[in-house]
Amino acid sequence: MIGKYALRFVALGYLAVLLVAPVSYVFWRTFEHGFGPAWDAVTAPDALHALKVTLILTAIAVPANTIFGVLCALAIVRYRFPGSGIVNAVVDLPLALSPVVVGLALLLLYGREGWLGGHRVVFALPGMVLATIFVSLPFVVREVVPVLREIGTEQEQAAATLGASAFQTFRRVTWPAIRWATAYGVVLTTARALGEFGAVSVVSGRITGETQSLTLYVQDRYQSFDEVGAYASAVVLALIAVATLILMTRLKPKEETR
Amino acid sequence: MAARAAVALPAPKARRPLAPGLAVGLSTLYLSVIVLLPLAALSWRAHGWDAITNDQAVSSLRLTVLASLVVALVNALAGTAIAWTLVRDRFPGQGIVNALVDLPFALPTIVAGLTLLALYGPRSPVGVNAAFTRWGILLALLFVTLPFVVRTVQPVLLELDREMEDAAASLGAGKVATFRRVILPNILPAILSGVALAFARAVGEFGAVVLISGNLPFKTEVVSVYVFGRIESGDPGGAAAASVVILAISFGVLLAIGGVRRLATRHDR
Amino acid sequence: MRRISLALLVVLIFPALAAGASRDVKLTLVAYSTPKEAYGQLIQAFQKTAAGKDVSFSQSYGASGEQSRAVAAGLDADIVAFSLAPDISSLVQKKLVASNWSKDKWGGMVARSVVVFVVRDGNPKKLRTWSDLLKPGVQVITPTPFTSGGARWNVMAAYGGALRAGKSPKQAIDYLGKLWKHVVAQPTSAREGLQTFLSGRGDVFLAYENEALFAQKKGQSVQFVIPKATILIENPIAVTTTSKNRAQARAFLKYLRTLPAQRIFAQNGYRPVVKGAARGLSFPNRTQLFTIKYVGGWPQVEKKFFDPRTGVMARIQGSSGG
Repeated sequence: MIGKYALRFVALGYLAVLLVAPVSYVFWRTFEHGFGPAWDAVTAPDALHALKVTLILTAIAVPANTIFGVLCALAIVRYRFPGSGIVNAVVDLPLALSPVVVGLALLLLYGREGWLGGHRVVFALPGMVLATIFVSLPFVVREVVPVLREIGTEQEQAAATLGASAFQTFRRVTWPAIRWATAYGVVLTTARALGEFGAVSVVSGRITGETQSLTLYVQDRYQSFDEVGAYASAVVLALIAVATLILMTRLKPKEETR
Repeated sequence: MAARAAVALPAPKARRPLAPGLAVGLSTLYLSVIVLLPLAALSWRAHGWDAITNDQAVSSLRLTVLASLVVALVNALAGTAIAWTLVRDRFPGQGIVNALVDLPFALPTIVAGLTLLALYGPRSPVGVNAAFTRWGILLALLFVTLPFVVRTVQPVLLELDREMEDAAASLGAGKVATFRRVILPNILPAILSGVALAFARAVGEFGAVVLISGNLPFKTEVVSVYVFGRIESGDPGGAAAASVVILAISFGVLLAIGGVRRLATRHDR
Repeated sequence: MRRISLALLVVLIFPALAAGASRDVKLTLVAYSTPKEAYGQLIQAFQKTAAGKDVSFSQSYGASGEQSRAVAAGLDADIVAFSLAPDISSLVQKKLVASNWSKDKWGGMVARSVVVFVVRDGNPKKLRTWSDLLKPGVQVITPTPFTSGGARWNVMAAYGGALRAGKSPKQAIDYLGKLWKHVVAQPTSAREGLQTFLSGRGDVFLAYENEALFAQKKGQSVQFVIPKATILIENPIAVTTTSKNRAQARAFLKYLRTLPAQRIFAQNGYRPVVKGAARGLSFPNRTQLFTIKYVGGWPQVEKKFFDPRTGVMARIQGSSGG
């Protein structure tokens, strides 16, 4: 039927024009003159520093948000406490806020004239870490909560009556059930942390080599007329994104796949 | 599992008194320090409401809300079409297409903006130059909001019972009527959820828009860029005031969409 | 997965700590947007001298006003090099720079330039004077004066140019309003402004002469016109009071005023503050060149024109249209 093909054409065409073409074009431009110039661009000292900064931010934010995420999910679902609804809503806040607003809030709190000002937080790495943690906070919680709700408490209660401590219960009963949801949440958290731009733009001091993440570096290269540098670094980030995509597809909760 | 526990059996202990308190306490502390405290500082230090009532701010707000609504609408249509193609159609490479839909989630926004600028900007190989225009803004927002409606509609389409459609067909209903009467009511709540998410995301978008839009005041300056400009101009109080108002407006629109959603599903309750 | 993340964390922290311990003294230079390449070369040259042998540098570049506010808000800096004196004076108020920072032979300045019109090859719209910019259809690019130092120099050059043409101060302010109606883009820094112009926007970009020369050096097809009436730009530099390495910072500043260093500035398009450094390079003079004193001096001008709420530019900017 014509209708089916028309729809397929429209849907795939939309994806091609909006998504596939631009990203492929940048890949092509990056390697247009061979692997050499692109490699030189991403191994330039400033580029490597920027990559290091991004990895440090991610390496701190992801474990922190993972541990918090599992704890918080347990708290919300298992230990019904007054205000658990509010906690649930607050966890979702970072998803609704513009990253610029997040950076501004941190600036107002930790800047020299802020409530907690006077220490090297903003315009230094700690500020960027806080910003990255903020924006990538919700993902593990949101993935683990539905699974916890779904599996119910019977097995955990059974373990308790058999004498298991809380920690044993968690390790033997709960964790195996939420392991994959947590992993999926970790992948989403990592992707968000690696890609953070708006919030770190506000709290970064633009100190090349120290407070310049790879995303900020891409912008800096573009604005310095260094297209090769900008595109090559963008490709690095895009490759990491593709790797993330593959992990996401593998780990995705079953109801969204065919 | 039961066997192992039976072997290690000590006398039944008192039910974990410490653990719940610890989990709740630690989570609330973490949330407060990371999220609530900075936001409290934001609303406390907000002052200088002319930062959101002056012409430039109002213009940026209007542009942002309008663009986000347009984008949400386009997503409602395109997202549903894509979800449909992924669920009801079969073609080679479908798995890859399915994975690709999540690319905007995984790709940093500045990279998204850069790729759009490269292909549809001043040095475009296809002769399309959307830089410094509102089309550029729409492009960027469409890119980052692509997955939302698709991913909310897809599971619902998967679960949809084909019997109803078959029944409608056997009663003589054409494809369009079947879609309108049978399918659409079932996926409408999901579409609206996706639309709400897409709208909220579009309103706050910064990284994808900042390169391609050119940030021309009164023409292509979205509200997040305006707030950024206020911060950089040494008016963080005004920026905070603007942020609070934007949050209120977003919240209002989301409530409205939620209301429409409840209205659309009232028959189900 | 968590274990892997923790391992990554440990692995990455150590090199980060180690990198900090490599050289003896580390100076942080916070500067405005355009001299990035110049300072890159100057730092390397300084490190070849005896005074700079064991000194390493961290550098941050951005719009002058933004950078100044960042330092005021907590950005650690040993040396601040901004586009105009007020961005340093505001730090004096916060006790981050000594009040006698400009009491040296060069008035605290380290380089100079002038405001020019950067135009398309061939200058098709024949833009040579400030009144030419008001010709119908002329599109002007200038950074925004609330963040960019270069933009503030542009505004004062335009204002002073109008005064030189015989206008009264009030008429000159009117001229600014009319000029701003021709402005089609106001990026945050001078460097971004050049980027905007080179991507095809606008007929003229108001810029530092050194930025125009930089664009030419990068092979971009632009030319520039130095209007007869233009302002002499003087870029200041100072050591902060919070610097933990004041001796080395001062040594760097001293080096910057030597002939070889000023030569590097000149080769990067800056007009040197030391005689003889520009030998062999062309920095044309203009008959109606004026300094900031001609238009009232920075303290008065900052308040009157650039106060973010009550200044002339705030009024011109905030009104609808543009």
